[in-house]
This record gives sequence, structure tokens and C-alpha cells, in this order.
Amino acid sequence: MNLRVGIDIGSTTVKVVVLDEQNQVLFRSYERHYSKTRERACETLHSIEDMLRGKQVKLVITGSAGLGVAKAAGLDFVQEVYATAAAVNTYIPDTDAVIELGGEDAKIIFFGGALEERMNGSCAGGTGAFIDQMATLMNVTVNELDELSLKHEKIYPIASRCGVFAKSDIQPILNQGGRKEDVAASIFQAVVDQTVAGLTQGRELKGKIVFLGGPLTFLKGLRARFVETLQLDEAHAIFPKDGDCFAAIGAALCSEEYAARPFEELLKLLEESQDATTVVDTMPPLFQSQEEYDAFVARHNASTPPQLDIHTYTGDAYLGIDAGSTTTKMALIAPDGGLLYTYYHSNQGNPVSVVLPQLKEIYEMCGDRITIKGSAVTGYGEDLIKNAFRCDLGLVETVAHYRAASHFNPDVDFIIDIGGQDMKCFKIRNGAVDSIMLNEACSSGCGSFIETFAKALGYSIADFAKMGLFAAHPVNLGSRCTVFMNSSVKQAQKDGASVEDISAGLSISIVKNAVYKVIRAASADDLGKHIVVQGGTFYNDAVLRAFEQELKRDVTRPTISGIMGAFGAALAARNLHLDKSTLLGPEALKNFSHTAKPVTCNLCTNHCSLTVNTFDGGRRFISGNRCSRPLGKEKVELPDLYNYKYRKLRSMEGKGFGNGSRGRIGIPFGLNMYENLPFWFDLFTRLNFEVVLSPESSRKLYIKGQRTIPSDTVCYPAKLLHGHVQALVEAGVDAIFYPCMSYNFDEKTSDNNYNCPVVAYYPELLAANVPDLKKTRFLYPYAGLHRPKDYERIGSQWFSDTFGIPRREVVHAIRAAYQAYDLYKQELRAVGQSYIDKARAEGRPIIVMAGRPYHIDPEINHGINDLITSFGFVLVSEDAVAYHEDYAPRKVLNQWTFQSRMYNAARYVCTQPDMQLIQLVSFGCGTDAITGDEVRSILEQGGKLYTQLKIDDISNLGAVRIRVRSLMAAMEERNQAKH
Amino acid sequence: MAELVYGKDGRLLFTKEMKQEYTLLMPQMLPVHFGMFRQLLVLEGYKVDMLTTNHRGIVDEGLKYVHNDTCYPALLVIGQLIDAVKHGGYDPHKVALLITQTGGGCRASNYIHLLRKALEKAGMSYIPVISVNLSGMEKNPGWSLTLPLIRKMIYAMMYGDLIVNVANQVRPYEVMKGDTDKMVETWENKLIDAFQKGKGMNRKEMRQFFDQICADFADIPVAGPQKVRVGVVGEIYVKFSPLGNNNLEDFLLSEGAEPVVPGLTDFMIFKIFNRESDVDLYGGKWIKKKVAHIFKGYIEECQKDMIAALNKTRFHAPGTFENMHKLVHGYLGDGNKMGEGWLLTGEMLELIHSGVPNIVCTQPFGCLPNHIVGKGMIRKLKDDYPNSNIVAIDYDPGATKINQENRIKLMLANARQIARQEAQQAAEQELVGAAH
Repeated sequence: MNLRVGIDIGSTTVKVVVLDEQNQVLFRSYERHYSKTRERACETLHSIEDMLRGKQVKLVITGSAGLGVAKAAGLDFVQEVYATAAAVNTYIPDTDAVIELGGEDAKIIFFGGALEERMNGSCAGGTGAFIDQMATLMNVTVNELDELSLKHEKIYPIASRCGVFAKSDIQPILNQGGRKEDVAASIFQAVVDQTVAGLTQGRELKGKIVFLGGPLTFLKGLRARFVETLQLDEAHAIFPKDGDCFAAIGAALCSEEYAARPFEELLKLLEESQDATTVVDTMPPLFQSQEEYDAFVARHNASTPPQLDIHTYTGDAYLGIDAGSTTTKMALIAPDGGLLYTYYHSNQGNPVSVVLPQLKEIYEMCGDRITIKGSAVTGYGEDLIKNAFRCDLGLVETVAHYRAASHFNPDVDFIIDIGGQDMKCFKIRNGAVDSIMLNEACSSGCGSFIETFAKALGYSIADFAKMGLFAAHPVNLGSRCTVFMNSSVKQAQKDGASVEDISAGLSISIVKNAVYKVIRAASADDLGKHIVVQGGTFYNDAVLRAFEQELKRDVTRPTISGIMGAFGAALAARNLHLDKSTLLGPEALKNFSHTAKPVTCNLCTNHCSLTVNTFDGGRRFISGNRCSRPLGKEKVELPDLYNYKYRKLRSMEGKGFGNGSRGRIGIPFGLNMYENLPFWFDLFTRLNFEVVLSPESSRKLYIKGQRTIPSDTVCYPAKLLHGHVQALVEAGVDAIFYPCMSYNFDEKTSDNNYNCPVVAYYPELLAANVPDLKKTRFLYPYAGLHRPKDYERIGSQWFSDTFGIPRREVVHAIRAAYQAYDLYKQELRAVGQSYIDKARAEGRPIIVMAGRPYHIDPEINHGINDLITSFGFVLVSEDAVAYHEDYAPRKVLNQWTFQSRMYNAARYVCTQPDMQLIQLVSFGCGTDAITGDEVRSILEQGGKLYTQLKIDDISNLGAVRIRVRSLMAAMEERNQAKH
Repeated sequence: MAELVYGKDGRLLFTKEMKQEYTLLMPQMLPVHFGMFRQLLVLEGYKVDMLTTNHRGIVDEGLKYVHNDTCYPALLVIGQLIDAVKHGGYDPHKVALLITQTGGGCRASNYIHLLRKALEKAGMSYIPVISVNLSGMEKNPGWSLTLPLIRKMIYAMMYGDLIVNVANQVRPYEVMKGDTDKMVETWENKLIDAFQKGKGMNRKEMRQFFDQICADFADIPVAGPQKVRVGVVGEIYVKFSPLGNNNLEDFLLSEGAEPVVPGLTDFMIFKIFNRESDVDLYGGKWIKKKVAHIFKGYIEECQKDMIAALNKTRFHAPGTFENMHKLVHGYLGDGNKMGEGWLLTGEMLELIHSGVPNIVCTQPFGCLPNHIVGKGMIRKLKDDYPNSNIVAIDYDPGATKINQENRIKLMLANARQIARQEAQQAAEQELVGAAH
């Protein structure tokens, strides 16, 4: 028998295995390939030439990057999941399931019964690359991350669907002083949740489970999270020897079926294929010549503030701090804007520990000559830094950036800031910030993104960026989020693109992302005439050049592009015209101390993850809260129609108008029930059923049903339903009623009255995917409430067939139910109007929060309504004002009942000077790709500001705060302009 | 030059003058069917070009002018049209765009509006957009789908389905590469000629043509053992269009598989059936239901003729619509009609029942109906048919071919293993049988 060789070429590593006749592993290797896949494989084969020389060998390639290599070389290939299954079958035959995590793939294989194999879809983080990215973000190695995680005390909820998402969750925790140990463990927990949620899809993970792949072989902390989550004991959690090489072993086993060839021939094939491929999709170079580049640099270096010497200057000064997501920036300026001192440094997960020594140093340099007369702070860590060092002012980033930009270009009408993990763009209209665009949860392309790639390929970010400047054929990598980008880069590598071309391609893709995905501009004119670019990422000349090329327009990049936020904050501090700053002085800093402790607030259902920061002298600062209750203050209750509606609907439970004698009907409290419950509650209780609502939504409830979700890209409101019906089954109701509804009520304000496909048919999906529904009577008929007369006939027939209730009785109940629904709507409008009246009497601004009815669920909106009222707004929902407007033709097909309300609410808001609208959008909601643009255009035509908040299973209140506060700042600016 | 005339609703109309001067650009979804549609339109006096472009620039134009979270087909169709107007060598003032409009609760009903928005954004709002629909929406003076034309198109659709069906069964085995495609072209032309002479458009003549088509394709020399048959279902555009699915059929062929792609006729019947079932589920005028029922009945009869023609030959025949409707019972209700609705699950069931358990379920990333009728039903199908081997593939501007192909390869590897196991079992049973 011949020696068998398996080569697994993954996204980041190459594994080579040699097996003998008894399936013993003679050789194994696991090495990073830094995108040099073929070379790495050849090198490894050369290193074992002694073993194989002159022999007949069977060789098979596997792995996600192996397909191209095998094709080019004319070698045999097997799919890696298939190979892994073969290996497990051979070595651990009684396995029930395999979980394998690789660089960019996550896989589950179920044995026993029907063999099922699953890989993560195209949108799935939660893999090795994700862990790498998170380690980079926390400025530790992956091994250090692992060590840290073992010392955790609590777990924060972190999204792992995509790296960008997770970053937005992690950053606030770090910035607010959360422990690195806890964050590390939370990252691993996110990977576990993602794997379990994304891949099991209704099949239970039980029995003997084998864990494979690099991350699960090397990371103890990750293993621990899996074992704990799946509640496995030692006999059932198997971490086999060579678990990182199983796919390669499998490939070697599979080679049995292929022909043997002399080793030298195989090696030659592999080596000679190295230059066989070409890159197809390329773009023109960024710079043709050195001269072109020099002129470019000279032009941009012209925008620079005067430099003053801090060691000789005497007089007043103002301090600005920008505690950004990944970096901390500081600027000390003279009253004329001259720069005395700047600082730019990675905040290493704790901005306080970065600011403290800097502040001390600044005081030292200032001596008696310079007096700091004002200080301001902006950025993610604003609250923490402001409280820690007693800054005079905290301001929202957008305003800080505008202050700075207008210093260099008073006519500025568009600002784009690309920082470490966030991208902010906004227009300036009439001297106020307008049309803020932030990178939404699923788009990436920021500084830390290119940095991660640089590190993965083994370069520093500065070197990596420079390499792209003169690349001859930049690769076209498209303009999507990081996870997709990983695959694009992988494909480019496979096609033989050089690192230079990839570097340039990444810079260009960042720009494309910004222009097309975030700003969504068709041409440069959409942006403005005077564009100022800033943020650390624009220090990268390749990105700056790509931006100008894409817009075909010269832009201004100040030389202090990276510290513009801090510079703007300093200018704002100056404008306060204070006599004395409250900033902690040099004496106070000597005794400064800071500890952070994570706690969970239990004062309401939001269960905010709070961080309690304690400073010297017992000063405390609590962060992570949505309302003022954990601060020990009484919660200020401003009128909030979201709360009113929610309480009203939750009260629709019990026996109501009847005696409950016909049994207990469970109704899942989700999706369209937030609109239709008043109808069904009335109908069922009148027919003497007792209505049992599923519990209030919570993360725990979500986890309860998570394993049965078949499509991980569906919206969170839909995903929650799995937990709701599960809970109803456990509550032991006699039947669960959840009708399918293609149509919703016809309000005569739209071209049609559909529900979206997910709302319409989710009950059928639940029936097919939630096994426990078989334990109960699950009723999910089609119901057409939009035709009241017909529904009397059809509905009464159904109730009579299903429960044997006399049709006449049902008809009466149906009529009453329609009335009850109308009454509910009228009441809602009346209460909404009373809130509006109250706001006007007290002179408070009003926010119309426009979303779907189910967006009032606190688990879906994450208490954003509380946050908004805490800023002093009165809040009403879209359905409380939409009825003021009639049908009007739209530029899109206006065919969904719920969505149509948002258009009319927006139209009404345009007629009311004291109202603004905020649109809530669930991640993954397809219809809002259409409504978002339309609502924006209605509001902008009406002279209003458009603010959209994207929400998902994880709350990222940081982005929400920026938007709401920018909105407030813009409203203020407009008011001032008027007076 | 034709004047720009606007309708009462402010919509730019396609006028009679434009019919003389303008070139109509139409996207292509199914090469054979749409090719015949184009020829039919040309014979009606329209200048029509069918777009067959397939390059990255299309996606880039789409990303530029369409909201990026909109479904991929919208992005592609609109990107392809705009790319053609900009770079196709046309005078932009002498083109009009054709786009289908279906109506229904899915986002896809919005394509035409998104196209107009995109044109506006691109500064080309002077280009008329023609809605192609059978419901009488958005009329234009220079465009009319006359009954005779509709009749020809419906026949073209059914012939198209048969041609694609038999071609798919011959192409993987043809001895002379290209024979099948030549035959397809021959028949496209033959049929258009016949239509012009008023032939081939009643059931009797159609049956004859069906037999001839089957016979001609059966005559193409073939060789080699039976290949793994792989079903393709999904959202209609990415299921059919090579631009939408990264040349899925070519990939399957290159992997040594035989693609089985359920045709357009079922989709057509499905859409008519929905009108009927809406009346049953929610009430409405019986006459509406009756008209739908008659129309549906006619197409169903034609479909049965096609099946009968296939059954006379060595070719595999698809099942009837009625049969598929029965199979889907217990999975999805009749009311599930948005997008491909229950038809998609029905097609998977029919494939499984006709010995094709290996299926690629294609959908645009984030496709709303497919959360339910595609990915949402795979679990139950696997429970009911443990041998079913379905892979769901997402298509979108950022999805790379390598990831898609890797997942399809996994499905194929499993398919081959299932085939081997079945062959082994069959052999064992034979041995057992022989021993007795």
C-alpha cells in the first residue's frame, strides 16, 4: 500500500498530513500561509522529501483555498467537510456530532440517523478570523486573549454575526471600563452562540461531540465556553489529538480512491502551477509616478494650523480630548487655534489609563506659563473621561468635527471622518450638522479593518498602506462588509494577486464602502463642493487618493486629520469663555485612582449591563444605563407612547369578556400580534376562551428558541417568535393561535395592504421548525381581517370547524372584535394627541418614533424610547399621527400597511414645527431598504432632519446616542438661526 | 425626434413615435424563453435588444444607483440596464427600458420604481420605462400587449420549458460538444416561424411539435454513464439567470452533474392559482375566480401534453402542477404566495419524489420569502426525507464564487456518497435475493 498525503489549505493555514497503511499519522504540520498558499504547501512537502522521495504516493487536496490550487495543479480535490466526516468516521466512530471552527468557516456535522453537514452561510462571523480581529481590537495576541478569558467573572452579550457588530458591542464596554477578562470570555461565548444558533437549525446537539479545527485545539477558553454552554461532561466533549489537522487526515483517507503517482511528479505539478493563474478584475493604479505622488502630498500638507512651542509659549490654553473607539486623541491649543501639543495613541481598551499620564505630562510642560482655561471631551469614552477628569464640556463627535473642519474651511459643506471602527459623514446645511450617515451595523471598511488585514498578512499598517500606492493592478474587492471582504481577499490570493495589489484594493474598497454603502452617493455633487476629510484612516495616502479618484474631486485633508475631534473639542472649550476650568489639576491627579466593576442593573426589564467606575475620594460614575434610575435618581417619566402601547397590549390577557370555559388559548406576543391582538383578544374572550400571552421578550427567551431558527439572516423580531411559542408550549395551553396573514387591515392610505413576507408566513416556518409544537395544538389558519364582511363568513366557519362553536355566536364576536380594534386605535390616537398637547404646553420637542408595531417591544428596541425621553423629548409612535394624512402617490410601491404609516407620519411631521421623526429599522428588514430612502426624501423635502436607528439582537446604544445628540444639536442650531 | 409626454400620474410615457425611433432594452432571465420573447416583439414592430452582458461593471452600477440592502436581482437588473445605456453604444435619448412588474407582497414588486429612482439619480429620467405585466398596470400609448401577442408568448414559454428540459437532459452526455445548443437554436427559429404563420398555437399542433422536439433532441448522439442529477430551485431570477447565479448550470456541468431546472410554466400557473385561492381564503367575486380557473385549467392541460410527450421518450418528465400542489400539503398553505411562495417548496418536493434529492436552493441574500419557503422548509424536508440533500446558496454582490462553489461541492460529494450507498444496498439485496 502507498503512503497517503492530505493537504488542507484553509483561509489562513496549510495543514499537511502523511498516513501509513495502518492509518497512523507519520507526519503532520499546521502553518500559517500568509496568503502564499502554494508556496507554503510546497515548502512543507520539500521538508519531508526524505520520507517520500522515490515513492508512489496518493495525494489529495482539501480546504476552502485548496480548490483553486488543486484545479491549477491538476491534483485531486475533496470538499473539506466531507473529508472531515471521513476522518471522524475512521478514528472516533461513535461520534454524534462534530463542531469544527476554522479560519473563516464554521462547520457542524451530525452523525447518527441522517448524516447532515452544515457550513456557515456567507454572512457569518464567529470563526477564527473573527477571534483574530477581536484580539487585534483589544491589542493582545490570541493566546493572551485566551489566558484572559479564563479569569472572567461575567459574560456580556456580544454579537458575533460579523466583526463590525461585535466591535460596536465591545468598544463601549472597554471604554466604559469593563474588564478585559470578561470581554475576552464574552467574545468566546459569542462564537459559541453563533455556532449553535447559526448551524444547528433545529437539530439538537447532544451525545458525544468532537471538537476540531485550530481555534478549538489551541484555545482553552473557547473550549470551556462550548463545554459549559452545551453542558457536556468529559466523556462527551472530545478534543482529539491532531484535532487541528482532521480535514487533512480526512483528505489522506479519501485519497484511497484515487490513483497513486510518483511523489516527484506530484510535487512538480504543484510547483509548476504556481504562476498559472492571473487576476481578472483589476483597477487602474493610484499613482502613475513619484512626481504625481509628491504633488499630491504637497497639496494636502498646505492645510495645517500654526505650530506653537509649548515650552516657550505663555498664556491661556484649551484642552480637547477625543476618546475614540480605538484611539485616544488630545489637543492643547492657544486661543487663536495654534497647536501647542497633540497626542494620538491606541487607547488599549482603557482610555482613562491613556489620558492620565498624558494629562500629567501636559501640566508638567505647562508649568506656570500656561493656564488651561477650558477642557472638553468627545467620542465614545466621553462620559467616562468627563467624569474621571471633570472636564468642562462633553460634546457629540459630529459637532466636534464640524467645529474643527470649519476652522480650516469655513465654507465646508461635507465632512467625512473615517476612524478606527466608525465612519461618520454628514452635510452642513445653514451652519448646522445635517444628514448624518454612520456606517451601519453590517458595513465595514474602516481603519481597524485594514489594520487587521495588514497584520494577518504580516505587515505593519503603515508599511502595508504604502505598498499600495504604486501597485500596478489594484484588485477590485467590491464594497461589502468585512466577512465578505475576507472571502474576496481569499479569492484574490487564490488568483495570485500580489500583496501590493491587495493593499491598494483594500484602500479603494474602504472608499467605495464609504461612498456607495454609507453615503450612497451617485456622484460627487451629491456630497458637496467643499469636502473636508478627516480621521486617522485618511492619514493613509492610498485611501485619500482613492477617495479623490472616486469622486473625481480634490478634497481638504488637514495635516491634523487624525486629531480633528480633539481639535474641535478644544475649540469648543475655548468658546465657553470660562474663567476657570473644572479639570482636575496637577495636585488632584497625584491621588487619582480608578477601578471599574461590572454589574447588571435589575431595576427594570432592560437589565442594562452597567459598569460602576470608582475614582479617588469615592467619586463614582455609572455607565451603560439607559435611564437615570440606577444613578439613584427617580426616573423622570416624560410621556412616551411606546410605553403606553406596550402596557396596554400586555394587559390583553386573561378571560376578558367571557368566562374562559372553552379552554386556554396561547397567543405568541410578537410580530403582527402587536397590531392585531386587540382584535383577537376580544374575539377569543367573547367566545369564552382564556387568552394566555407568551412572556415578555427577553434575551433569555430568545436563547430558548434560538436552536430552531433556520435562517440566521432573518430579522430579530421574527427570531424572537421561536422563544415565544416554545414558552407557550411549556405553559401548557390548550392550543396556540398564530394566524398567517398575507394582508393586514386596509387603512386606505396605500396601494395595497400587505404584510411583509416574514410577518405574513412566519407561523408556517414555526410549524416546520419548532419540534415541540407537535406537543400542542398549533393553529395557524390564513386570516383575512382586511375584508370584515367576508371574514364574518370565513372566520365563523373556521371557528365552527375547529372548536365546534355555533357560527352565529362567532359572527357576533367577530363584529365586536372589529369594534374593539377600532376603539383601541381611537384610544391610541387620543392618548397620543394628549401627549402632544402636554408637550406643547410644556414647550418640549416631540419625537415621532416610526417603526413597525412590534418595535415597541423593549427587547427589540433595547429601551431606545427611554433614552430619547431622557433627553427631554416627548415620544409618540407613528400610528398616533399617521392618520392625519390621506393617500398620496409615492415614488415607490406603497403596498404594506405598516410601512405606509411611516410615510404618512413623515408627511405629517413635515407640517409640525416642533416634531422630528426617528425611523427604527431592524437589521435584515428587506422592506426598509425601500422605506428608508422614501422616508428620508419625504422629510428632506419638508425641511426636516432624517435620523435612522438600526437595531438588532444586541443593543449598541453608542451609535444611537450619537445620532440622537447630533439631532438635538442640529435642532438647537436651527432654533438659534431662527432667533 | 419623439417628444417626451407625461401621463396624468406624472409618469413618462412610451409614445407611438418612440416605438418607431427607440430601441427597447430588456433584461434576460431565461436565455431560451426570453430569446423567443424578443423575436416576437421584433415581429410586432419594436426594436428590441436583449441584454446578455455579464461582468463586474453591472454590479458596480447597481451598487451605485440602488439601495445596497435591496435584493440582488434588483441590483443586477437595474445595474445591467444602466450599464447598457451608459456603455452599450446606444444614444441614451433613443432607448426605453422594459421591466416586468408582478405585484404581490414581496419587495420585487418595487423593481420598476427602483429603476425609475435609479435613472433619476443617474440624470437619465428622460428614459421611458415600460412595465410589462398582464394586470393592466401602467399603460403606454406606444406599447401594447395584444391578446395575439400574449398568446404567442405563453406558447413560447411552454415550448421554452420543454426545450430547456430536454436540452438539460442531453447536454451533459452529448458526444459532439455544442450539438444541443445548435438544436436549441434551430427550434427557437422554427417555432417563431410557425407562430408567424399562426401555427403551433393550439393543443393539437402543439402536441405534434412537442413530439418532434423530443424526437430531435433524442436523436442527438450521447454517451457515458448516468451523471448525478442536481435540482435547481429558488428565487426566480437567481434560479434561472446565469448573471444572477454565477453561471450555476455551467458549474454543475463542469462538476459532472446533470442540472434539473423546473420550468417557468409552473410559476405561471402558480400566479394564476393565487388569484383563485385568494377568493377562497378571503372572499371576493366568484367571476374573478372563475376566469382564473379557466385560464389556469388551459395551461395545466398544455402542461399535461408536455408531460405526455416526454413520457413517450427516454426523457424524465416533470410532474403536474396539481401533483405538486398535493405534495406541498402539510408544509405550506395555499395562501403562501409572495415571491415563489409554496411553489418553491413544492418544486423541492417534486424533485425529491422524482429521484432528484440533491438540490441547490438559490436565493438572493436576505430574500424575505425564502426565509420561509426555502431555508425555512429544509429542516422538515430532511426529517421527512432523510436522503434529501439540499444546499441553500445566497447570492449577493459581495458573495464570492469560491464560497458558493465550495458549498455546492459539499452537496455533490454527499450526493455521490448517497448514490454509492444506494447502489451498494441494491447489490446486497440482489445477492440476498439470489441466495434464496
